[in-house]
Amino acid sequence: MNKMTAPATKTESVDRRSLARTLAVTSGKGGVGKTFVTANLAAALAARGERVLVLDADLGLANLDVVLNIHPKITLHDVFTDKATLEDAILPAPGGFFVLLAGSGLVEYSRLTPEVRDKLLQIIDQVKPRFDWVLLDTGAGISDVVLFAISLAEQVLVVVTPEPTSMTDAYATIKVLATQQERRTIGMVVNQIHGLGEGKTVRNQLQQVVQRFVDISLPKPLKLELLGEVRSDNSVRESVRRRLLLMEAYPGSEAAQAIRLLAAKLCE
Amino acid sequence: MPNIAVQPTSRNSQIDASELRLDAAVQLLQQAGASLPDAAPLSVEWLQGMVDALCDLSSRDALTGLVNRRSFEMALAREVDRVARSGDSALLLTADIDHFKAVNDTYGHAAGDLVIQAVAQAMNHAVRPMDTVARVGGEEFAVVLPNCPIGFGKTVAERVRHMVSELSVNVAPGKHLKVTVSLGGAFAPQWVRSSALLWMERADRQLYRAKAEGRDRFCLEHQAECLVSAEEKGLLFAASQFQEIE
Repeated sequence: MNKMTAPATKTESVDRRSLARTLAVTSGKGGVGKTFVTANLAAALAARGERVLVLDADLGLANLDVVLNIHPKITLHDVFTDKATLEDAILPAPGGFFVLLAGSGLVEYSRLTPEVRDKLLQIIDQVKPRFDWVLLDTGAGISDVVLFAISLAEQVLVVVTPEPTSMTDAYATIKVLATQQERRTIGMVVNQIHGLGEGKTVRNQLQQVVQRFVDISLPKPLKLELLGEVRSDNSVRESVRRRLLLMEAYPGSEAAQAIRLLAAKLCE
Repeated sequence: MPNIAVQPTSRNSQIDASELRLDAAVQLLQQAGASLPDAAPLSVEWLQGMVDALCDLSSRDALTGLVNRRSFEMALAREVDRVARSGDSALLLTADIDHFKAVNDTYGHAAGDLVIQAVAQAMNHAVRPMDTVARVGGEEFAVVLPNCPIGFGKTVAERVRHMVSELSVNVAPGKHLKVTVSLGGAFAPQWVRSSALLWMERADRQLYRAKAEGRDRFCLEHQAECLVSAEEKGLLFAASQFQEIE
């Protein structure tokens, strides 16, 4: 049951991309709902018929397993130490997508050694031909492990909340990605908004500071793209508390609708 | 993963070397002053030697003997990939001889060639044997320095600048020319699988800066500032919160 078999899809006849699109989900500040967004986005993409793998790239402090309420026997740790094959470590998750979990044994890999770099590069290259999407749930902050994990992905999605600390840390992340990773567009999801339109305000505010302080050192200006805004209603709080995917527990909620919209925008 | 290793050919389909027309290749190597392989002509060893000699010839610049642009771009791409895996810092320097057109116009192209050769040699001596120095254009050079700590960037760029400025190129009897270069430099991006082209562009931007600031100098790309200043925070939470921008 551990075998990596692509889920049955509604769009079997659709031309598949030969390599997965890779998207890193990051946040700057921790606790803003990064893993919540990643897991539910994966489910929303899977519901569209996409083959999705979520890679828990928050080595050392991974909690995708907690969010999904699954307890894997085989993790990335076993792949790193050649105790298991990559195939065995790719597990089906609720929501119709697949996960590659870091597990708590990866503390020793929270330092970015050449071995860790090499292993992760190998793993990404190996999974890309077999999925439509590879989502990397990265850690918070701008440590070298986080920056490296983000560097593995073609696209970046920054999760931010309207809180000043979250915005400041998201700005620091965006700045580093623009200057050190040659990123020219960065996607944004504003989570935990209180009213519609707040996401746009947060995005505009960040874009304004970017224009003033970051663009001057770039060959081309950086564009922040608002891809979604999610209001934290009761359904979100309940699904998190019950460790269920929002997309499964409350598919009709406004927040679930916002995540589906995010998935649709990414597939455009 | 498909197996793309070259399969050995079966005995019967082996090449008969006597059927190959190799005159042009031999002539080319002789003209370039390359030595022909020692092995018995038309033996497998000899053919391998010929292929190696041709590869070497096609990767070098005829005037200076430095690595040429094509080969340099390959070396740069390999370095980008290596940096992604190792996390080492690597420096790319691009250099351009100052006022070179004036040398050609005043003393002729033969004098220009002598200047280019002298600069090539000086640059080669200014860096480590593991570094790759290339002639990438008329009077343009580039050096890739693997495993070069960020703190050493200035030291090595200054050493190259200095060693070139010490040159006195004898272009005609009794006529010695002073020559200088401008240099630009950028470190390999450690946090992205970048491209050799983008890396070149970044170093070139610094080279243009060095030219604009008066030549005979180097400019290195500033290391990105990661901290968020009070001024940035101020704007982030400014009262202009509801202002519309594109």
